[in-house]
Order: sequence, then C-alpha cells, then structure tokens
Amino acid sequence: MARMKFLCDAERCIECNACVTACKNEHEVPWGIQRRRLVTLDDGNPGERSISMSCMHCSDPPCAAVCPVDCFYQTADGVVLHDKDLCIGCGYCFYACPFGAPQYPKATNFGSRGKMDKCTFCTAGPVQDNTPEEYAKYGSNRLAEGKLPLCAEMCSTRALMAGDGAVLEDIYRERSVRRGYGSGAWGWSTAYADEDWGNAFSPGRVGIGKS
Amino acid sequence: MRKRIAFWLAPLCLMLALFLSFPSVAQLYQVPGPNSPTKKEDVPIYRQEPDKIVGRVSIPDEKLATLIQPEGREWRSFRLFIFRTVATVLVIGTVLALAAFYLVRGRIRLERGWSGYLVQRFNGFERMAHWLTAVSFIVMALTGLVITFGRPVLIPLLGHGWFSALADWSKLAHNFFSVPFLVGVFLILILWIKDNLPERADIDWIKQGGGLFSGGRVHPEAGRFNAGQKLIFWAVVLGGIALGITGFMLMAPFAVTGIGGMQAAHAVHALVASVLAAVIVAHIYIGTLGMEGAFDAMGRGEVDANWAREHHSRWYEELQERGEVPRSLPAE
Repeated sequence: MARMKFLCDAERCIECNACVTACKNEHEVPWGIQRRRLVTLDDGNPGERSISMSCMHCSDPPCAAVCPVDCFYQTADGVVLHDKDLCIGCGYCFYACPFGAPQYPKATNFGSRGKMDKCTFCTAGPVQDNTPEEYAKYGSNRLAEGKLPLCAEMCSTRALMAGDGAVLEDIYRERSVRRGYGSGAWGWSTAYADEDWGNAFSPGRVGIGKS
Repeated sequence: MRKRIAFWLAPLCLMLALFLSFPSVAQLYQVPGPNSPTKKEDVPIYRQEPDKIVGRVSIPDEKLATLIQPEGREWRSFRLFIFRTVATVLVIGTVLALAAFYLVRGRIRLERGWSGYLVQRFNGFERMAHWLTAVSFIVMALTGLVITFGRPVLIPLLGHGWFSALADWSKLAHNFFSVPFLVGVFLILILWIKDNLPERADIDWIKQGGGLFSGGRVHPEAGRFNAGQKLIFWAVVLGGIALGITGFMLMAPFAVTGIGGMQAAHAVHALVASVLAAVIVAHIYIGTLGMEGAFDAMGRGEVDANWAREHHSRWYEELQERGEVPRSLPAE
C-alpha cells in the first residue's frame, strides 16, 4: 500500500486556483467551505511564492488527537478521514490543525457550526458505499476508481502532486536537480516528520501512520 | 526611414540599459547558483520552517491566510495532557482532602445543639439566585467533563454512536446553560457584594483557619459571611465572569480574535473551570455533609439560632440589635 501525501512545488505554482476550483466542482463543496486554498507568501515582493494547501493527511494528526468524540480514522493508504455522523462541530480540530484544513458550514448560531468538512484525498467517507448520501456528505471517491485527487490531476504546471509520498519525493528531487533549485516540500516537516505527540488515533482507527 | 528606426531604438536601448543596470532584477531566487543541488540526495525535502507562516489569500476567510501554525500542537498537548492533569489533580485532590478532613475531624456539629429557634438567613429571591447559578454550574461542569474526559472514559462504555449523541447534547446544554449561569452570577454579585467586601476580621479568620482545625473549640468572629465564604463568592463571581467571557468567545469563534486567541480562550476557560470546580466541590461538602445545620441556610432559608451564633457571631449580634432575634433564647 502506498502512503498518500500531497506535495506542492512552490516554484511551479502559478496561483491559477485550478486546484481550488476542481475540488469545489468535483465534490460540490458548499459556499464558504475551503477544502483547498491558495496562500501567496511575500505577495508582490521578490521571492513571492504561492502554495496550494489543504488537509495534509498528517502522520500524527492533531485533529484526531484533540477530537472529543474520536471521529477521525486513517485509511490503509494513510488518508485521514472523519465520520460526519459522529462529529459534533465543536471546532477543536481547527484549533489544533497546523494547516487550517477543517471547515464548518455554519459560523454562528450559538456555537452550532454543523459537521466539520475537510479534504478527503478524494476518498469519501467511512462507509465507502458510493451512494448519493455519501457523495453529499463527503464528495466523490476517486481513489476507489483508481484515480488520484482531482486537484493534483488538474494542475497545469504539475506543481501540486498527490500520490505515494516516496514517489512524490523522488519526482521532486529529480526536478530540483534538473532546474537547480527548490525550496523543499512546504508543510512536510509539520505533517510527516518523525514527531509523535501521543496517540492521535484510538486503537483500531489507524491505517499505516505511526500513531 | 533610418531616423524613424533610431527614434524607436533609442528608448529601447535606454530601457535595456536600465534593465541590465539593476542587478536585483537578475537576482531571482529561481536560478541555479553555487548552492544548487547536484544530486537527488542534496535536495531538501523537509524544510526548516518558522513557527508560523502567514501569506495572503484571495478568499474572504482571512484566517486561512495562515499557511502553517505548528503552535496547534502545543494546544493539543494542553488539551490532552495539561488540562486533563490539572483538572484531575484539582478535583480529585479536593475530594481526597475533604475525605481526609471528614475522617479526622468528622462532621462539624452544633456545639450547643439545636435551639429550635429559626433565623432567616436567605430570602426566596436570594435562594433562587443561588440555585439558578448552582444548577447551571453543575450542568456545565458535568457536560464539560463529557467533552474533556469522555473519549477515554465514556466511549469504551457507550460506544462511538451513543457517546457522540451525548456529546452533542452536552455541547448544546453547556452553551445554553451559560445564560442562566451568568444571570445567576450577576444576581449573586448585586445581592451579596456588600456583605462580601474584605474586612479586618477576615485576616483573623484566615489565620485561625476558620476554626476548622481547632476541634470545634474556636469560632473566629464573622459577619454575615466569613472569609471562606467570601473567597467562594469572589471565586464564583470573578471565575464566572472569566468563564463567561472566554465561553462566549468559544461560542462565536473568531469573532474577536484569531486562532492563537481561540486557543488561549480555551486554555483560560479550561483552567478557570478546573479551579472553580474544585472550589465548588469544597463548597458543596461544607454546605451539606461537612457542617450540621448549614444546608438549612440555602434549603429552607432559615438557620438555627445556635448555628448563626456559632458560625456568624457578629451577624447574629446584628440580628439581635435589629430585634430580629430575642436577646435570650427560650431554649437556654
């Protein structure tokens, strides 16, 4: 099994927002929810970079660790998913997440924010039954069809890559040697470094991650 | 014709000269240099990243401009280890201390026994304010415990589905009971603040430990409220206000602060709640099991005259001066 990761090559990203649009369209993500977004650093200055960011499917996910209802789990591919039937919309995962990935459909209404929504690595939800209900909750399941996440497949400059982490790493290294520069894989030291802050997942909910 | 070409070429040459004379233009970061990787192993993958990386987003949600904020991991360890440890030590520690106190000292009895003569201590409105605050606090304390300790403690018992339903209702109850709680705290504040201002007798009361460890021989002087009760009053009022402010910040996320502020609000809320829960456990003990005759004050609102005389001597004298209690009790 592969260990699925995202890698955004900041030297290639041209901030076209195609990944964001592809994600929104593929999963019919409601207004106000940003499963994927583009962040531009040093905007207008030399060294400006844009990075496409979403849930990074961390090895030791803080969201899963702080969840009071234990609704997170990890698939055998290392994808971090959550069960919307269990989520109570408390917002803790957003406070813990290093990447601002968890999103909530409602922001007000006396603490009620609805079920958390985030990037599923195009893997849908826990039931994996390919029903309209599952699609409405989690979006499509491209991985089950042997396809990679649409954001990465759509990327015109191949800046955003999705797939087995070892393969992505190899592609990125080869690219950087050929062109002679590279700023590294943004967010990887936070998401995939060999740090472990404690058992993020409960027993039986872990796929291939460390925790 | 030639003149016309020269006319166009001159500014072009000027621009080209200007362009070449600015070395910064050529110093783009995306060029191979002496530090360029020559083989795959040299390429950095795991970057040394600063604590927080903030950029710009073209979507309305400004907080998503934060690309990486690893301090979420500190909040994670607060939520999972520090908060749980502090809450457990404070509350269980208080329970154990009270149990030890009960075993050593036993119930604090009325020295003179029941006189049978009752004095009004709290009127109906005061008791309503007390119980409004008390019931709201207990509901919020229990539902807060569900959110804090439910995952390790209750999920193995209830299973994920039932626990999630419980947690959902707990969150709603916790949010909604905040309103009666704050109304109660406000009423308590205006009803009792004049009797809870610090005074000289409080120092003696604290020095003598309230007479709690004197085997019932010593009853330091106290007015309507003794120094211990004043401490509870101020803990509830100030703690309640702190819980209210941070609680409403958590209920309206990102309305007044960013992600760091939300984490701080949660931390303050959690720690103040832990302290207050421990204080209230002690308060419940001394008001029920710990002291004979004490519960009547908040139960029926009237206390035995001997209780008033022993525990609140100066208040009792004031009642005598106002003629609310006879100078000498019939039972004596």
